[in-house]
Amino acid sequence: MQAKNLIYDGTFDGFLSAVFYVFEFKLKGVTIQNEFTVQQGLFSENERIITDEIKANRVWNGIKSKLSSNGSYQLYYAFLSEVVGVEDLLLDFIQYAFSQRKKVDKDYSHPSILKTAQIAKSVGREKHRMEAFVRFRLTKDDIYFASIEPDFNVLPLIEKHFKRRYADQKWVIYDIKRGYGLFYDLEKVELINMDFPENFNFTKTDDAFFATQEFEFQKLWQDYFKATNIESRKNMKLHIRHIPKRYWKYLSEKQPN
Amino acid sequence: MSFQRTQEKLKILADAAKYDVSCSSSGSKRANTNKGLGDASGMGICHSYTEDGRCVSLLKILLTNHCIFDCAYCVTRKSNDVKRAAFKVQEVVDLTINFYRRNYIEGLFLSSGIFKSADYTMERLVAVAKKLRLEENFNGYIHLKSIPGASDELMREAGLYADRLSVNIEIPTEAGLKKLAPDKKREDFIKPMIKVKNEIIQYNAEKKIIKSTPKFAPAGQSTQMIIGASGENDFQIMQTSNHFYKNYNLKRVYYSGYVPISYDNRLPQIGSAVPMLRENRLYQTDWLMRFYGFDVSEILNEQHQNLDLDVDPKLSWALRNLHEFPVDVNTADQRMLARIPGLGMKSVFKIINARRFRKLNWEHLKKIGVALNRAQYFMVCDSNQFEKRDLTSEKIKGLILQNSTSKYQKMLSNQLSLFG
Ligand code: SF4
Repeated sequence: MQAKNLIYDGTFDGFLSAVFYVFEFKLKGVTIQNEFTVQQGLFSENERIITDEIKANRVWNGIKSKLSSNGSYQLYYAFLSEVVGVEDLLLDFIQYAFSQRKKVDKDYSHPSILKTAQIAKSVGREKHRMEAFVRFRLTKDDIYFASIEPDFNVLPLIEKHFKRRYADQKWVIYDIKRGYGLFYDLEKVELINMDFPENFNFTKTDDAFFATQEFEFQKLWQDYFKATNIESRKNMKLHIRHIPKRYWKYLSEKQPN
Repeated sequence: MSFQRTQEKLKILADAAKYDVSCSSSGSKRANTNKGLGDASGMGICHSYTEDGRCVSLLKILLTNHCIFDCAYCVTRKSNDVKRAAFKVQEVVDLTINFYRRNYIEGLFLSSGIFKSADYTMERLVAVAKKLRLEENFNGYIHLKSIPGASDELMREAGLYADRLSVNIEIPTEAGLKKLAPDKKREDFIKPMIKVKNEIIQYNAEKKIIKSTPKFAPAGQSTQMIIGASGENDFQIMQTSNHFYKNYNLKRVYYSGYVPISYDNRLPQIGSAVPMLRENRLYQTDWLMRFYGFDVSEILNEQHQNLDLDVDPKLSWALRNLHEFPVDVNTADQRMLARIPGLGMKSVFKIINARRFRKLNWEHLKKIGVALNRAQYFMVCDSNQFEKRDLTSEKIKGLILQNSTSKYQKMLSNQLSLFG
């Protein structure tokens, strides 16, 4: 029999719809792939899955009843990693969960569960880092704007945090890599796509776009950062472990003067 | 706010505050319920790290570095010839709010040299916090340093607006304090601690009856001790800590390896090394006390007055208590699991969860992330490949050090994270 390759639209609901399909037709040996990263298998047949919110919800509720809340979080986190092949890993996890009577999400001796937990952990780490390393800059339109480029798709995970914290200011957090952002308008958070001017430089605080005092506060923050270091305890290795270099270009304290 | 003047002051007053190690911003439950700015209800976040590797989560500054006292270990001391500056209350408020809005910080840590008198200084610290809360609707974290000798009334007010209060004991023993900080009296540190402790107790009692009691220092109080300035041994230091934890409900004691900053023959010379490894061993011991169920006397006592530098305190304890081992990971209780060298609390919980599904063997443990190079000598599991040889402590220590030379060498030459 030919192996099947299920293609979905890249959303979590799309993925869950694919899982529904696998269960409905009791398919064996399938793979699930995101439409943006499809790799043609030599002997496999592609099948497009249509995202169906109702089916997706049924699967999700089923998963939640078979796992602790921590387990279903891990699954969602791992999905957002966008790691190649993560869908197949999660499918295996889900199939194992449905085959057992006990809740299995803490059974780290099962390879898919351990692997999922490990990926979820990296995603969790980056979520945490984004909560730490987002740097807002005040624009001329009175909106606090931040650009990020995370390895994993963590915007959906940090929305709540920023909404709770910055309830009295308008803000945007924009994922440049994935081309979408969150916009809080003092009431609610929306997903947005933005068109940036041709010459817009994400790391530069250009006075055409940003408020005049923005430069001053960045400078004060840089000075503070310098003054608080204790030279005789300097340890750059540790420093870089805490703030990996790939994040530096968006950190105001790491900008050259 | 004049940018240039603020800039000048910030440089001076951040520089002078940097030796205070407490920077934690967790433990409060102040949530954003008023659609204002900020939220201090979650875990504190480190927004940046200094080049020496410490977390930056709060804007840590002095209100002023003018001081009428002359403590030998302090850059701000009266006899030190440095540039002096003082912030206005409003300047500190503006800095805090604007840094917070840009997601640079979790809040403010405000300390001060003593100008004029303790109360005069304390009053201004309180004014900053009050303004932030009442005028700016700020729910971020505020840590105020209590000025030794400030009145009870001001301490009470401070606790209404701050999340945490601390008074630095600085020198672990009374004799050391006398030598290095002749203007200070031990009672002056203890009195505010008692006041804060009692207010917290009273708050907890009242909370049960009146729902709307204003929160009092919801993240509790902490203190700091300087290590290696006044000759105390580790036993004395940890006894003092233990005393503070037990008697004043402290949330945290911080240990700060002394950074030589002055030519004073009562102190280590400028250029002598900061005792970073020792500082780390003290933190590890503190953790064992607070989270691993150890009594301080198990780790440090008359016979064993200083922590080993070559091995961590848990391993050191285990080597002195081989009769408690090996522990069977498939049956042991949490307390004993937590005592196995190489097992952190996270691994302990993972083991307890995983062993409900099957008996664990070495492979499982490895996958869970147990540091077997240390743990293997202290445990048995579902396997007969166990180190059955009757090894002596010296032998075990030798084997462990041999198998982890690179790691321990790094530890000896560099600062390390807790229980890496
Ligand atoms: S009272 Fe405080 S600020 Fe003044 S010299 Fe002593 S330690 Fe320094």
